[in-house]
Amino acid sequence: MSDTQAQRQRTTASDPPVGGSLRLLPPVQGVTERLSAHLARNGQARCRGTALVRAVGQAGLTGRGGAAFPTHVKLAAVAGASGRKAVIANGAEGEPASVKDAVLLRHVPHLVLDGLQLAAEAVDATEAYLYTGAWLTGWVRQVLAQRADDVPVTVIEAPPRFLSGQETAVVSRVSGGLSLPTFSPRRVSERGVNGAPTLVQNVETLAHLALIARHGPDWFRQLGTPAEPGTTLVTVNAGGRRTVTEVELGTALADVITAVGTAVLIGGYHGTWLPMTTALSLTLDNRALRRHHAALGAGVLAVLPRQACGLVETARVTRYLAAESAGQCGPCLNGLPRIAAAMAELAGPRPRRGTVQAVERWAGLVTGRGACHHPDGTARLVRSALTVFAVELGRHANGRCSATTHHPVLPLPRAEEMPLTDKDWL
Amino acid sequence: MTHVLRVNPIACVGHGICAELLPELIEIDEWGYPIVDTRPVPPWLERETHRAVAACPVLALTLQHAERRK
Repeated sequence: MSDTQAQRQRTTASDPPVGGSLRLLPPVQGVTERLSAHLARNGQARCRGTALVRAVGQAGLTGRGGAAFPTHVKLAAVAGASGRKAVIANGAEGEPASVKDAVLLRHVPHLVLDGLQLAAEAVDATEAYLYTGAWLTGWVRQVLAQRADDVPVTVIEAPPRFLSGQETAVVSRVSGGLSLPTFSPRRVSERGVNGAPTLVQNVETLAHLALIARHGPDWFRQLGTPAEPGTTLVTVNAGGRRTVTEVELGTALADVITAVGTAVLIGGYHGTWLPMTTALSLTLDNRALRRHHAALGAGVLAVLPRQACGLVETARVTRYLAAESAGQCGPCLNGLPRIAAAMAELAGPRPRRGTVQAVERWAGLVTGRGACHHPDGTARLVRSALTVFAVELGRHANGRCSATTHHPVLPLPRAEEMPLTDKDWL
Repeated sequence: MTHVLRVNPIACVGHGICAELLPELIEIDEWGYPIVDTRPVPPWLERETHRAVAACPVLALTLQHAERRK
Protein backbone atom coordinates (compact mmCIF):
# COMPACT_ATOMS: atom_id res chain seq x y z
CA MET A 1 0.00 0.00 0.00
CA SER A 2 1.40 3.42 -0.88
CA ASP A 3 1.70 6.13 1.74
CA THR A 4 -1.06 8.23 0.26
CA GLN A 5 -3.44 5.31 0.12
CA ALA A 6 -2.67 4.40 3.71
CA GLN A 7 -3.11 8.02 4.70
CA ARG A 8 -6.47 8.36 3.05
CA GLN A 9 -7.66 5.31 4.91
CA ARG A 10 -6.54 6.68 8.19
CA THR A 11 -7.76 10.22 7.72
CA THR A 12 -11.33 9.12 7.09
CA ALA A 13 -13.35 6.58 8.99
CA SER A 14 -10.57 4.58 10.62
CA ASP A 15 -9.27 7.31 12.93
CA PRO A 16 -10.09 6.03 16.40
CA PRO A 17 -12.60 8.04 18.38
CA VAL A 18 -11.34 10.41 21.05
CA GLY A 19 -13.16 10.25 24.34
CA GLY A 20 -11.79 13.24 26.20
CA SER A 21 -9.06 15.86 26.25
CA LEU A 22 -7.36 17.91 28.92
CA ARG A 23 -4.00 19.16 27.72
CA LEU A 24 -2.53 17.23 24.84
CA LEU A 25 -5.51 16.95 22.58
CA PRO A 26 -7.30 20.09 21.36
CA PRO A 27 -10.89 20.71 22.45
CA VAL A 28 -12.11 20.37 18.88
CA GLN A 29 -11.55 16.77 17.91
CA GLY A 30 -11.45 14.78 14.74
CA VAL A 31 -9.30 17.32 12.95
CA THR A 32 -5.58 17.87 12.86
CA GLU A 33 -4.41 20.90 14.73
CA ARG A 34 -2.60 23.04 12.18
CA LEU A 35 0.62 24.84 13.04
CA SER A 36 -1.13 28.22 13.47
CA ALA A 37 -3.83 26.73 15.71
CA HIS A 38 -1.18 24.85 17.68
CA LEU A 39 0.80 28.05 18.30
CA ALA A 40 -2.36 29.98 19.15
CA ARG A 41 -3.39 27.33 21.71
CA ASN A 42 -0.04 26.48 23.20
CA GLY A 43 2.16 29.53 22.55
CA GLN A 44 5.93 29.39 22.23
CA ALA A 45 8.30 27.41 24.41
CA ARG A 46 9.83 29.61 27.11
CA CYS A 47 12.04 27.11 28.88
CA ARG A 48 14.75 25.40 26.85
CA GLY A 49 18.09 23.65 27.03
CA THR A 50 19.48 22.57 30.39
CA ALA A 51 16.78 24.61 32.16
CA LEU A 52 14.21 22.37 30.46
CA VAL A 53 15.96 19.24 31.75
CA ARG A 54 15.61 20.68 35.27
CA ALA A 55 11.98 21.68 34.66
CA VAL A 56 11.10 18.20 33.41
CA GLY A 57 12.68 16.77 36.59
CA GLN A 58 10.68 19.19 38.79
CA ALA A 59 7.54 18.33 36.86
CA GLY A 60 8.08 14.65 37.59
CA LEU A 61 7.35 13.59 34.02
CA THR A 62 7.76 9.87 33.40
CA GLY A 63 7.87 7.95 30.12
CA ARG A 64 4.46 7.26 28.62
CA GLY A 65 5.63 4.39 26.43
CA GLY A 66 5.18 1.78 29.14
CA ALA A 67 8.15 1.74 31.50
CA ALA A 68 7.28 5.01 33.32
CA PHE A 69 10.99 5.81 33.65
CA PRO A 70 11.77 9.38 34.85
CA THR A 71 12.22 11.41 31.68
CA HIS A 72 14.76 13.88 33.08
CA VAL A 73 17.14 11.04 34.03
CA LYS A 74 17.36 9.96 30.39
CA LEU A 75 17.62 13.59 29.25
CA ALA A 76 20.44 14.26 31.73
CA ALA A 77 22.30 11.08 30.75
CA VAL A 78 22.37 12.00 27.06
CA ALA A 79 22.97 15.70 27.79
CA GLY A 80 26.03 14.69 29.82
CA ALA A 81 27.48 12.54 27.04
CA SER A 82 29.86 14.01 24.50
CA GLY A 83 30.20 13.80 20.73
CA ARG A 84 27.53 13.20 18.12
CA LYS A 85 24.11 12.55 19.70
CA ALA A 86 20.67 11.50 18.51
CA VAL A 87 17.06 11.76 19.65
CA ILE A 88 14.28 9.39 18.60
CA ALA A 89 10.56 10.04 18.95
CA ASN A 90 9.13 6.58 19.40
CA GLY A 91 5.69 6.20 17.88
CA ALA A 92 5.98 2.53 16.92
CA GLU A 93 3.03 1.51 19.10
CA GLY A 94 3.32 -2.21 18.37
CA GLU A 95 0.64 -2.98 20.93
CA PRO A 96 -2.52 -3.89 18.96
CA ALA A 97 -4.79 -2.65 21.76
CA SER A 98 -3.19 0.80 21.83
CA VAL A 99 -3.85 3.66 19.41
CA LYS A 100 -2.98 6.66 21.58
CA ASP A 101 0.31 7.41 19.81
CA ALA A 102 -1.41 7.30 16.42
CA VAL A 103 -4.14 9.62 17.71
CA LEU A 104 -1.51 12.01 19.03
CA LEU A 105 0.39 12.06 15.73
CA ARG A 106 -2.82 12.51 13.77
CA HIS A 107 -4.37 15.21 15.96
CA VAL A 108 -1.45 17.20 17.38
CA PRO A 109 1.64 16.37 15.32
CA HIS A 110 3.15 19.82 15.94
CA LEU A 111 3.10 19.32 19.70
CA VAL A 112 5.02 16.04 19.30
CA LEU A 113 7.46 17.56 16.80
CA ASP A 114 8.01 20.58 19.09
CA GLY A 115 8.82 18.13 21.88
CA LEU A 116 11.29 16.34 19.63
CA GLN A 117 13.05 19.63 18.77
CA LEU A 118 13.10 20.78 22.40
CA ALA A 119 14.48 17.43 23.55
CA ALA A 120 17.15 17.51 20.82
CA GLU A 121 18.15 21.01 21.87
CA ALA A 122 18.18 20.07 25.57
CA VAL A 123 20.59 17.16 25.05
CA ASP A 124 22.52 18.93 22.27
CA ALA A 125 21.66 16.32 19.62
CA THR A 126 22.21 17.01 15.95
CA GLU A 127 20.16 14.09 14.65
CA ALA A 128 16.46 13.56 15.22
CA TYR A 129 14.26 10.68 14.13
CA LEU A 130 10.58 9.97 14.20
CA TYR A 131 9.84 6.26 14.20
CA THR A 132 6.30 5.20 13.42
CA GLY A 133 4.09 2.78 11.50
CA ALA A 134 3.79 2.71 7.71
CA TRP A 135 0.34 4.34 7.70
CA LEU A 136 1.73 7.43 9.46
CA THR A 137 5.15 7.99 7.86
CA GLY A 138 3.83 9.86 4.82
CA TRP A 139 1.58 11.95 7.01
CA VAL A 140 4.42 12.94 9.37
CA ARG A 141 6.66 13.86 6.41
CA GLN A 142 3.88 16.14 5.14
CA VAL A 143 3.65 17.86 8.52
CA LEU A 144 7.43 18.18 8.78
CA ALA A 145 7.50 19.94 5.41
CA GLN A 146 5.39 22.74 6.92
CA ARG A 147 7.89 23.40 9.69
CA ALA A 148 11.26 25.13 9.89
CA ASP A 149 13.01 22.95 12.45
CA ASP A 150 16.59 23.53 13.58
CA VAL A 151 17.39 19.83 13.85
CA PRO A 152 16.42 17.92 10.71
CA VAL A 153 14.04 15.03 11.39
CA THR A 154 14.29 11.72 9.53
CA VAL A 155 11.13 9.63 9.45
CA ILE A 156 11.78 5.90 9.85
CA GLU A 157 9.15 3.25 9.30
CA ALA A 158 8.43 0.92 12.21
CA PRO A 159 7.43 -2.56 11.11
CA PRO A 160 4.10 -3.80 12.52
CA ARG A 161 5.72 -5.98 15.15
CA PHE A 162 4.71 -6.13 18.82
CA LEU A 163 8.33 -5.53 19.82
CA SER A 164 9.26 -2.88 17.26
CA GLY A 165 8.94 -0.13 19.87
CA GLN A 166 11.26 -1.84 22.35
CA GLU A 167 14.06 0.66 22.99
CA THR A 168 16.99 -1.39 21.66
CA ALA A 169 14.90 -2.59 18.69
CA VAL A 170 14.13 1.06 17.87
CA VAL A 171 17.81 1.95 17.95
CA SER A 172 18.67 -1.07 15.82
CA ARG A 173 16.06 -0.18 13.16
CA VAL A 174 17.01 3.51 13.11
CA SER A 175 20.64 2.43 12.71
CA GLY A 176 19.62 0.55 9.57
CA GLY A 177 19.22 -2.92 11.04
CA LEU A 178 16.23 -5.11 11.88
CA SER A 179 13.85 -3.92 14.58
CA LEU A 180 14.97 -6.70 16.90
CA PRO A 181 15.94 -6.20 20.53
CA THR A 182 19.67 -6.30 21.12
CA PHE A 183 21.77 -7.17 24.14
CA SER A 184 24.38 -4.79 25.38
CA PRO A 185 25.77 -3.93 28.77
CA ARG A 186 25.74 -0.29 27.59
CA ARG A 187 22.52 1.70 27.66
CA VAL A 188 21.32 3.44 24.51
CA SER A 189 21.97 6.75 26.28
CA GLU A 190 25.66 5.74 26.17
CA ARG A 191 25.68 3.91 22.84
CA GLY A 192 22.66 4.15 20.59
CA VAL A 193 22.09 5.02 16.94
CA ASN A 194 25.25 3.96 15.10
CA GLY A 195 27.13 4.28 18.38
CA ALA A 196 25.95 7.79 19.25
CA PRO A 197 24.47 8.45 22.70
CA THR A 198 20.74 8.39 22.04
CA LEU A 199 17.59 9.61 23.74
CA VAL A 200 14.56 7.45 22.95
CA GLN A 201 11.27 8.93 24.12
CA ASN A 202 7.70 7.92 23.41
CA VAL A 203 5.83 10.51 21.32
CA GLU A 204 3.38 11.23 24.15
CA THR A 205 6.25 11.88 26.54
CA LEU A 206 7.64 14.43 24.06
CA ALA A 207 4.25 16.12 23.79
CA HIS A 208 4.14 16.51 27.58
CA LEU A 209 7.71 17.84 27.49
CA ALA A 210 6.67 20.44 24.90
CA LEU A 211 3.92 21.62 27.25
CA ILE A 212 6.25 21.75 30.26
CA ALA A 213 8.59 23.95 28.18
CA ARG A 214 5.67 26.36 27.77
CA HIS A 215 3.85 26.29 31.09
CA GLY A 216 6.44 25.05 33.59
CA PRO A 217 6.59 22.25 36.18
CA ASP A 218 4.10 23.80 38.64
CA TRP A 219 1.46 23.93 35.95
CA PHE A 220 2.23 20.30 35.04
CA ARG A 221 1.72 19.23 38.66
CA GLN A 222 -1.70 20.87 38.91
CA LEU A 223 -3.17 17.64 37.59
CA GLY A 224 -2.33 14.08 38.61
CA THR A 225 -1.03 12.85 41.97
CA PRO A 226 2.04 14.16 43.85
CA ALA A 227 3.87 10.88 43.11
CA GLU A 228 2.67 10.67 39.51
CA PRO A 229 1.88 14.14 38.22
CA GLY A 230 0.20 15.12 34.98
CA THR A 231 -2.17 13.50 32.58
CA THR A 232 -1.87 10.42 30.44
CA LEU A 233 -3.52 9.05 27.34
CA VAL A 234 -5.34 5.77 27.67
CA THR A 235 -6.84 3.51 25.02
CA VAL A 236 -10.04 1.98 26.31
CA ASN A 237 -10.97 -1.22 24.46
CA ALA A 238 -14.64 -1.95 24.98
CA GLY A 239 -17.54 -3.01 22.83
CA GLY A 240 -15.27 -3.67 19.87
CA ARG A 241 -14.00 -0.08 19.83
CA ARG A 242 -10.73 1.53 20.84
CA THR A 243 -11.28 4.98 22.32
CA VAL A 244 -8.43 7.28 23.28
CA THR A 245 -9.00 9.47 26.32
CA GLU A 246 -6.73 11.86 28.19
CA VAL A 247 -7.10 11.45 31.94
CA GLU A 248 -5.39 12.72 35.08
CA LEU A 249 -3.18 10.17 36.74
CA GLY A 250 -5.06 9.13 39.87
CA THR A 251 -8.47 9.25 38.21
CA ALA A 252 -10.92 6.67 39.50
CA LEU A 253 -10.92 3.72 37.09
CA ALA A 254 -14.70 3.65 37.50
CA ASP A 255 -14.78 7.03 35.71
CA VAL A 256 -12.68 5.71 32.83
CA ILE A 257 -14.30 2.30 32.39
CA THR A 258 -18.00 2.67 31.77
CA ALA A 259 -18.57 -0.57 29.86
CA VAL A 260 -19.99 -3.62 31.62
CA GLY A 261 -17.77 -6.66 31.95
CA THR A 262 -16.27 -9.28 34.22
CA ALA A 263 -12.57 -8.37 34.09
CA VAL A 264 -10.21 -5.68 32.80
CA LEU A 265 -6.83 -6.15 31.19
CA ILE A 266 -4.61 -3.33 32.43
CA GLY A 267 -1.39 -2.27 30.72
CA GLY A 268 -1.77 -4.14 27.44
CA TYR A 269 -0.68 -7.60 26.34
CA HIS A 270 2.24 -7.56 28.74
CA GLY A 271 -0.22 -6.48 31.40
CA THR A 272 -2.40 -7.87 34.12
CA TRP A 273 -5.99 -9.05 34.31
CA LEU A 274 -7.98 -7.75 37.25
CA PRO A 275 -11.53 -8.71 38.19
CA MET A 276 -13.90 -5.88 37.27
CA THR A 277 -14.89 -5.32 40.91
CA THR A 278 -11.23 -4.89 41.91
CA ALA A 279 -10.48 -2.61 38.96
CA LEU A 280 -13.43 -0.35 39.66
CA SER A 281 -12.20 0.24 43.21
CA LEU A 282 -8.79 1.47 42.05
CA THR A 283 -7.32 4.67 40.71
CA LEU A 284 -5.42 4.96 37.48
CA ASP A 285 -1.83 5.34 38.69
CA ASN A 286 1.04 2.94 39.17
CA ARG A 287 1.12 3.33 42.95
CA ALA A 288 -2.45 2.01 43.23
CA LEU A 289 -2.06 -0.59 40.50
CA ARG A 290 1.24 -1.93 41.84
CA ARG A 291 -0.51 -3.25 44.97
CA HIS A 292 -2.45 -5.51 42.62
CA HIS A 293 0.68 -6.47 40.63
CA ALA A 294 -0.53 -4.35 37.74
CA ALA A 295 0.97 -1.35 35.95
CA LEU A 296 -0.38 1.27 33.61
CA GLY A 297 2.09 0.37 30.85
CA ALA A 298 1.29 2.37 27.73
CA GLY A 299 -2.25 3.04 28.99
CA VAL A 300 -4.22 0.13 27.56
CA LEU A 301 -7.45 -0.85 29.29
CA ALA A 302 -9.45 -3.71 27.80
CA VAL A 303 -12.82 -4.79 29.11
CA LEU A 304 -13.80 -8.46 29.02
CA PRO A 305 -17.53 -8.54 28.33
CA ARG A 306 -19.81 -10.95 30.17
CA GLN A 307 -20.37 -13.14 27.11
CA ALA A 308 -16.65 -13.79 26.56
CA CYS A 309 -14.23 -16.23 28.23
CA GLY A 310 -11.05 -14.79 29.75
CA LEU A 311 -9.14 -18.02 29.14
CA VAL A 312 -10.05 -18.04 25.44
CA GLU A 313 -9.00 -14.39 25.09
CA THR A 314 -5.74 -14.92 26.97
CA ALA A 315 -4.97 -17.99 24.85
CA ARG A 316 -5.50 -15.94 21.67
CA VAL A 317 -3.18 -13.19 22.90
CA THR A 318 -0.56 -15.64 24.16
CA ARG A 319 -0.43 -17.36 20.77
CA TYR A 320 0.11 -13.94 19.21
CA LEU A 321 2.86 -13.05 21.72
CA ALA A 322 4.63 -16.36 21.05
CA ALA A 323 4.49 -15.68 17.31
CA GLU A 324 5.82 -12.16 17.87
CA SER A 325 8.82 -13.36 19.88
CA ALA A 326 11.98 -12.28 18.12
CA GLY A 327 13.14 -15.87 18.66
CA GLN A 328 16.61 -14.74 19.65
CA CYS A 329 16.76 -16.00 23.22
CA GLY A 330 16.47 -19.71 24.01
CA PRO A 331 14.03 -19.49 26.94
CA CYS A 332 11.62 -17.21 25.01
CA LEU A 333 11.93 -19.23 21.78
CA ASN A 334 11.22 -22.49 23.61
CA GLY A 335 9.00 -21.33 26.42
CA LEU A 336 6.46 -19.04 24.77
CA PRO A 337 5.10 -21.57 22.23
CA ARG A 338 4.75 -24.13 25.05
CA ILE A 339 2.94 -21.61 27.25
CA ALA A 340 0.71 -20.67 24.30
CA ALA A 341 -0.15 -24.30 23.53
CA ALA A 342 -0.92 -24.98 27.19
CA MET A 343 -3.12 -21.87 27.39
CA ALA A 344 -4.98 -23.05 24.29
CA GLU A 345 -5.56 -26.36 26.01
CA LEU A 346 -6.83 -24.62 29.16
CA ALA A 347 -9.15 -22.52 27.00
CA GLY A 348 -10.75 -25.67 25.62
CA PRO A 349 -12.83 -28.38 27.27
CA ARG A 350 -11.29 -30.85 29.75
CA PRO A 351 -7.60 -29.91 29.59
CA ARG A 352 -5.19 -32.54 30.82
CA ARG A 353 -4.35 -32.50 34.53
CA GLY A 354 -1.16 -30.65 35.33
CA THR A 355 -1.50 -28.12 32.50
CA VAL A 356 -1.95 -25.20 34.90
CA GLN A 357 1.17 -26.30 36.80
CA ALA A 358 3.09 -26.56 33.52
CA VAL A 359 2.14 -22.99 32.58
CA GLU A 360 3.19 -21.78 36.01
CA ARG A 361 6.53 -23.58 35.76
CA TRP A 362 7.27 -22.27 32.26
CA ALA A 363 6.19 -18.76 33.24
CA GLY A 364 8.73 -18.88 36.04
CA LEU A 365 11.35 -20.37 33.77
CA VAL A 366 11.17 -17.68 31.06
CA THR A 367 10.96 -14.67 33.39
CA GLY A 368 14.08 -12.51 33.45
CA ARG A 369 15.88 -14.61 30.87
CA GLY A 370 15.43 -12.65 27.67
CA ALA A 371 17.38 -9.75 26.22
CA CYS A 372 14.11 -7.81 26.44
CA HIS A 373 11.06 -8.11 28.69
CA HIS A 374 8.91 -10.03 26.21
CA PRO A 375 9.05 -13.32 28.14
CA ASP A 376 8.47 -11.48 31.45
CA GLY A 377 5.45 -9.63 30.09
CA THR A 378 3.95 -12.77 28.58
CA ALA A 379 4.45 -14.64 31.86
CA ARG A 380 2.78 -11.79 33.74
CA LEU A 381 -0.27 -11.92 31.48
CA VAL A 382 -0.82 -15.69 31.74
CA ARG A 383 -0.21 -15.78 35.50
CA SER A 384 -2.81 -13.09 36.08
CA ALA A 385 -5.22 -15.00 33.82
CA LEU A 386 -4.75 -18.20 35.86
CA THR A 387 -5.51 -16.23 39.03
CA VAL A 388 -8.40 -14.06 37.83
CA PHE A 389 -10.06 -16.79 35.79
CA ALA A 390 -9.60 -19.56 38.38
CA VAL A 391 -13.35 -20.27 38.52
CA GLU A 392 -13.45 -20.49 34.74
CA LEU A 393 -10.55 -23.00 34.83
CA GLY A 394 -12.78 -25.20 36.99
CA ARG A 395 -15.62 -24.95 34.48
CA HIS A 396 -13.32 -25.93 31.64
CA ALA A 397 -12.08 -28.90 33.69
CA ASN A 398 -15.69 -30.07 33.70
CA GLY A 399 -16.03 -29.52 29.97
CA ARG A 400 -17.95 -26.26 30.21
CA CYS A 401 -17.19 -22.65 29.28
CA SER A 402 -19.05 -19.51 30.28
CA ALA A 403 -18.65 -17.87 26.88
CA THR A 404 -21.87 -17.40 24.96
CA THR A 405 -20.17 -16.14 21.83
CA HIS A 406 -17.04 -17.04 19.90
CA HIS A 407 -16.66 -13.50 18.67
CA PRO A 408 -13.09 -12.45 19.54
CA VAL A 409 -12.77 -9.51 21.90
CA LEU A 410 -9.17 -8.33 22.13
CA PRO A 411 -7.80 -6.80 18.92
CA LEU A 412 -5.13 -8.86 17.16
CA PRO A 413 -3.60 -8.85 13.68
CA ARG A 414 -4.53 -11.72 11.42
CA ALA A 415 -2.45 -14.90 11.63
CA GLU A 416 -0.92 -14.29 8.18
CA GLU A 417 0.56 -11.02 9.44
CA MET A 418 2.80 -12.79 11.96
CA PRO A 419 6.55 -12.53 11.31
CA LEU A 420 8.25 -15.32 9.37
CA THR A 421 11.43 -13.94 7.85
CA ASP A 422 13.90 -11.13 8.50
CA LYS A 423 12.10 -8.76 6.14
CA ASP A 424 9.11 -8.81 8.51
CA TRP A 425 11.31 -6.96 10.99
CA LEU A 426 12.25 -4.19 8.56
CA MET B 1 36.08 -6.60 43.79
CA THR B 2 32.76 -8.49 43.70
CA HIS B 3 31.66 -9.87 40.39
CA VAL B 4 28.37 -11.14 39.04
CA LEU B 5 27.77 -13.59 36.22
CA ARG B 6 25.75 -12.44 33.28
CA VAL B 7 24.65 -14.36 30.21
CA ASN B 8 23.93 -12.75 26.86
CA PRO B 9 20.71 -14.64 26.04
CA ILE B 10 20.89 -13.76 22.34
CA ALA B 11 24.42 -15.11 21.91
CA CYS B 12 23.83 -18.19 24.07
CA VAL B 13 22.88 -21.27 22.08
CA GLY B 14 22.95 -23.69 24.97
CA HIS B 15 26.26 -25.53 24.63
CA GLY B 16 26.02 -26.19 28.36
CA ILE B 17 29.76 -26.20 29.07
CA CYS B 18 29.33 -23.48 31.71
CA ALA B 19 26.99 -25.64 33.79
CA GLU B 20 29.41 -28.55 33.64
CA LEU B 21 32.31 -26.42 34.83
CA LEU B 22 30.33 -24.42 37.39
CA PRO B 23 27.34 -26.44 38.63
CA GLU B 24 27.43 -24.44 41.89
CA LEU B 25 26.15 -21.31 40.09
CA ILE B 26 24.74 -22.53 36.78
CA GLU B 27 22.07 -25.11 36.06
CA ILE B 28 20.54 -26.10 32.74
CA ASP B 29 16.83 -25.69 32.08
CA GLU B 30 14.63 -28.24 30.32
CA TRP B 31 15.53 -26.74 26.94
CA GLY B 32 19.29 -26.79 27.48
CA TYR B 33 19.82 -23.14 28.36
CA PRO B 34 21.70 -21.97 31.45
CA ILE B 35 19.99 -20.56 34.52
CA VAL B 36 22.62 -18.41 36.09
CA ASP B 37 22.84 -17.41 39.76
CA THR B 38 23.12 -13.63 39.52
CA ARG B 39 24.14 -13.02 43.11
CA PRO B 40 27.76 -11.91 43.67
CA VAL B 41 30.18 -14.74 42.94
CA PRO B 42 31.57 -16.06 46.26
CA PRO B 43 35.36 -15.78 46.55
CA TRP B 44 35.88 -19.57 46.75
CA LEU B 45 34.34 -19.96 43.29
CA GLU B 46 36.27 -17.17 41.54
CA ARG B 47 38.67 -19.59 39.80
CA GLU B 48 35.95 -21.93 38.53
CA THR B 49 33.88 -18.95 37.45
CA HIS B 50 36.70 -17.52 35.35
CA ARG B 51 37.20 -20.96 33.79
CA ALA B 52 33.51 -21.23 32.89
CA VAL B 53 33.51 -17.75 31.37
CA ALA B 54 36.60 -18.52 29.31
CA ALA B 55 35.15 -21.84 28.14
CA CYS B 56 31.96 -20.45 26.57
CA PRO B 57 32.35 -21.10 22.82
CA VAL B 58 30.25 -18.05 21.86
CA LEU B 59 31.44 -15.71 24.63
CA ALA B 60 27.91 -15.41 25.96
CA LEU B 61 28.92 -15.73 29.59
CA THR B 62 30.58 -12.70 31.15
CA LEU B 63 31.69 -11.48 34.54
CA GLN B 64 30.77 -7.96 35.48
CA HIS B 65 31.48 -5.71 38.40
CA ALA B 66 28.51 -5.95 40.70
CA GLU B 67 27.79 -2.22 40.67
CA ARG B 68 27.60 -2.03 36.88
CA ARG B 69 24.65 -4.38 36.78
CA LYS B 70 21.70 -3.11 34.86
